[in-house]
Amino acid sequence: MKRANPWLTALLAACSLTVLIPLYFTVITALKKPAELAGAGFDLPDDPQWANFAEAWQVTNYPQAALNSALITVGAVILTLLTNSLVAYAIARNLHRRLFKGLYFYFVSALFVPFPIIMLPVIKQTSLLGLDNQLGLILLYVVYGLAFNIFLYVGYIKSIPRALEEAARVDGAGTWTVFWRVIFPLLAPMNATVGILTFLWAWNDFLLPLVVLSSPSARTLPLVQYVFQSQFSTDYTTAFASYLMALAPALLVYLFAQRWVISGVLRGAVK
Amino acid sequence: MRTYYWMVIPALALFLIFHTVPVLQGFYYSLTDSPGYGSYDFVGLKNYASLFADDRILDAYLFTFKFAVVATVATNALALAIALGLNARIHFRTALRGVFFIPNVLAILIIGYVFNYLFANSLPAIAQAAGIEALSTNILADPDLAWLGIVAVAVWQAAAFNIIIYLAGLQTISDDVREAATIDGAGSWRQFVSIVFPLIAPFFTINMVLSLKNFLQVFDHIVALTNGGPGTATTSVSLLIYSGGLEGGEYAYQTANAIIYFLVIVAVSVFQMRVLQRREMSA
Repeated sequence: MKRANPWLTALLAACSLTVLIPLYFTVITALKKPAELAGAGFDLPDDPQWANFAEAWQVTNYPQAALNSALITVGAVILTLLTNSLVAYAIARNLHRRLFKGLYFYFVSALFVPFPIIMLPVIKQTSLLGLDNQLGLILLYVVYGLAFNIFLYVGYIKSIPRALEEAARVDGAGTWTVFWRVIFPLLAPMNATVGILTFLWAWNDFLLPLVVLSSPSARTLPLVQYVFQSQFSTDYTTAFASYLMALAPALLVYLFAQRWVISGVLRGAVK
Repeated sequence: MRTYYWMVIPALALFLIFHTVPVLQGFYYSLTDSPGYGSYDFVGLKNYASLFADDRILDAYLFTFKFAVVATVATNALALAIALGLNARIHFRTALRGVFFIPNVLAILIIGYVFNYLFANSLPAIAQAAGIEALSTNILADPDLAWLGIVAVAVWQAAAFNIIIYLAGLQTISDDVREAATIDGAGSWRQFVSIVFPLIAPFFTINMVLSLKNFLQVFDHIVALTNGGPGTATTSVSLLIYSGGLEGGEYAYQTANAIIYFLVIVAVSVFQMRVLQRREMSA
């Protein structure tokens, strides 16, 4: 075996700085006094201004926005896992029937429809139905996720041997019971993948909350950064404190679940 | 059997209401002169005819394609190079891989605001100190250079995902193959061209198709960095549909634009898959 290459390691470490430097910059800028901002701004703050976070917390009403983001993301993830897997199961086990095969292609073809084409009608529709709020967003993530998730789940379910289900049926279990007791637990790896992808999408999304949400009290974290740009205009230290607080939850989750997140995303992409 | 129907009907109903109906409504409105509210008339294909004579629309498509092609090539070249490095024998592989993936978990809009500040303040300060004239002002305020700032942020964010896909591809290549090539006297570059790259061709196809499709829909980056400016220099098609359709009273007109945009994206994706898959076969 060859030994690890120190030069290549150093080169890659240098490249990784392109990722780390903007994050470092966000942290130090969030902790500075406005007077310290002159120049390139890569030096450490003299006296960390923790009050910037308190200021950003108040200005953007952080607890409210974080709660909205969390509620929408958790709601979207849970509902997506429970419903999309169920639909995929029904389709995967009936692919030989023309109707279900048609349904499969119908759902998956939505992958090619770019959002702007339905954006304007969807805005009208959600406000008409009183769904221009957090609940409406959850519903939209669950429905729009169907296209890709069905593609993932069906591929996975096809690889699960039917013998397991048949054994349960012989014991008298109906289709629902078979799904919840036998299939759903077996879907765990795909559930992790779909869960992670839905989480990243719903948590970081900007366009859908921008066009769907009408009440200021329903705003999500990314949307709040957008809305407060004009107020932040010159107050960069508060703005960066606000950015950091908005980025932090996803970063922390990733820090603790790194391997799991990467392998989950990978399983979704390699399918 | 009936149970299976009950499993799909609710989802099908919701999908019809929130996806298919809006698509059809969009198509219907594209044939009217609706400003998005109040009464409107049916105008046939007039909107479509006007689209092709509208410089704003043409410029938006030109910008979007220029941006998407350059960003796709840059993202994939960079991601492939880094993935090759991460796949080689190096120290701290897991930690480095973890760092390179970070941008994929961050909101593009917020990252865009951070880079906006970097481009406007830090980069010019560094360039002035180093005596680099070209970068000594805010590139986002320069109509000719602003798009490069958007490309930089787009590549920074998208490379994370592509690196992981390429890594997965590289790990499917067994060490034996490369050792055999080494024994036969093939150098690193020769090995890459003749063995590694052909073997990861399917991963290259996925990444190229997904990158281009995503970049053609660029929106968040632009809102955070330039909001379409200076002037309309960086107005992408998505941004134009959003701003014209919602704020500019061009609801019907921009819906027609969206339909064309949809056809363009499908055509590009299909064409790209054909070409890349044929290349996979011949390789």
